[in-house]
Amino acid sequence: MSVLSSSAGSFAKNLRCKECGRVYPLEPAHVCEFCFGPLEVFYDYEALSRVLTRRRIESGPPTMWRYADLLPCRAETAVDIGTGFTPLLRAPNLGRALGLDRLYVKNDCQNPTWSFKDRVVSVATSVAREFEFDTLACASTGNLANSVSAHAARAGLKACVFIPADLEQGKIVGSAVYGPTLVAVEGSYDDVNRLCSELGDRYPWAFVNINVRPYYAEGSKTLGYEVCEQLGWRAPDHCIVPLASGSLFTKIYKGIKELAWLGLVEWNATRMSGAQAAGCSPIFEAWQRQSYNIRPQKPNTIAKSLAIGNPADGYNALQVLAQTSGAAAAVTDDEIVEGIKLLAETEGIFAETAGGVVVAGLRRLVQEGHVSPDELVVAFITGAGLKTQEAVAPALAPALTIRPTIDSFEEALASAYGGPVGKAVLPPGRSGALAGRRS
Amino acid sequence: MAKQRVKFTFEQALIKEPVIWRLGREFDVVTNIRRADVTEDRGWVVLELEGEPTEIERGVRWVQEQGVRVDPVPGDIVEG
Repeated sequence: MSVLSSSAGSFAKNLRCKECGRVYPLEPAHVCEFCFGPLEVFYDYEALSRVLTRRRIESGPPTMWRYADLLPCRAETAVDIGTGFTPLLRAPNLGRALGLDRLYVKNDCQNPTWSFKDRVVSVATSVAREFEFDTLACASTGNLANSVSAHAARAGLKACVFIPADLEQGKIVGSAVYGPTLVAVEGSYDDVNRLCSELGDRYPWAFVNINVRPYYAEGSKTLGYEVCEQLGWRAPDHCIVPLASGSLFTKIYKGIKELAWLGLVEWNATRMSGAQAAGCSPIFEAWQRQSYNIRPQKPNTIAKSLAIGNPADGYNALQVLAQTSGAAAAVTDDEIVEGIKLLAETEGIFAETAGGVVVAGLRRLVQEGHVSPDELVVAFITGAGLKTQEAVAPALAPALTIRPTIDSFEEALASAYGGPVGKAVLPPGRSGALAGRRS
Repeated sequence: MAKQRVKFTFEQALIKEPVIWRLGREFDVVTNIRRADVTEDRGWVVLELEGEPTEIERGVRWVQEQGVRVDPVPGDIVEG
């Protein structure tokens, strides 16, 4: 197999154990042979600092690959289906609803398979090709399966995607359409986990979140880079991120820190806060106990994309929370639905359940005084709502049902909103009401 | 012979139980501890198990029956 260290253009230097610091060559490996701690990609920052400039980045493609120098693979062989450089939107209406003056939404719904997973899978697929794997694999209930299937198709790799046998039909389509080998596994969530862990050792495949996980995880850093660049090369004051394995959370922070080390942004002591669903909140629960000891949980929440009961990077996420004076929140399923609706009704963005967790979590953090009204806050919305319509469908129905006549329409309008028939006025909508309240 | 890397998580009530010693004694499985953290209310141990695959499987099932949670070392593999 080839090794990445021979790749021209990549500044990745080696893998390092996050626990004991042992160094390994750039190979398909994810745990330290000595202590079984997780491995992370380390870069030649000195060499990077000599070549990397804002201008060099700005002249790159309008995708996450404009940051190729900071990723562990070569830009010219990257498997790019147009991922990244998604909109960072000022969110005045949502800010008004939550009591924040400078709120931004990073809308990662707009990736090719409609979630941030395209960032990590794009890197994993590129690396898998460099390592000469012929098969890409993962175990997933949704977003990751979609993204692995799509990237394998683009890269000309075989794909083997493991899903729980009881997964809803709608979620299967988003992967099956790309033509992977979909394997439905009967058994509990824990059974699927254990099986896939063993398969990862047995088969010579690139399991994106097992043997190429150190590379895969690096893709999430691009969210941190993009936000800084889109703010005019400025680090946010406070990031609100959904917490699942904890990897996204820690990598966004790593991305911001790297830009500061390299002199591309000023160090701003960015605070990192996270949100979980109450039905699966092992990181929040440990944070609340002020402990670094994660207690694994059995997930029971509508936020399936965050339902990781035993988070791989939970310990590291807790470290980042502590280092940055961040805070954590856990919200109920009802609050998640309300969060999805609030974002949609105020900013026109339909997020999946993880986005509802972020909005509801942010509301909670503001109420508890963990987020100040004058901070420049970025809320990370990581997946699109059409993927989890079932979560909000029961709460949404047509406001009026009428016969196909003008009389019927005007009567229904007057009956619902008051006023004389033919002169009733539609309600202002949530953001309109908020604007009215302020003026 | 096969090797399996696992993480055992012990509830408070099980911290004093010699589960790993019994695993090595009652099953034909070699246990090799690599990392551990035990506090007043909880403990976890990351270790490698070596033996015939069926014997490792039997041993792991017995450990779970004692009330110990057994997970793959990298945490949950299934993602959303």
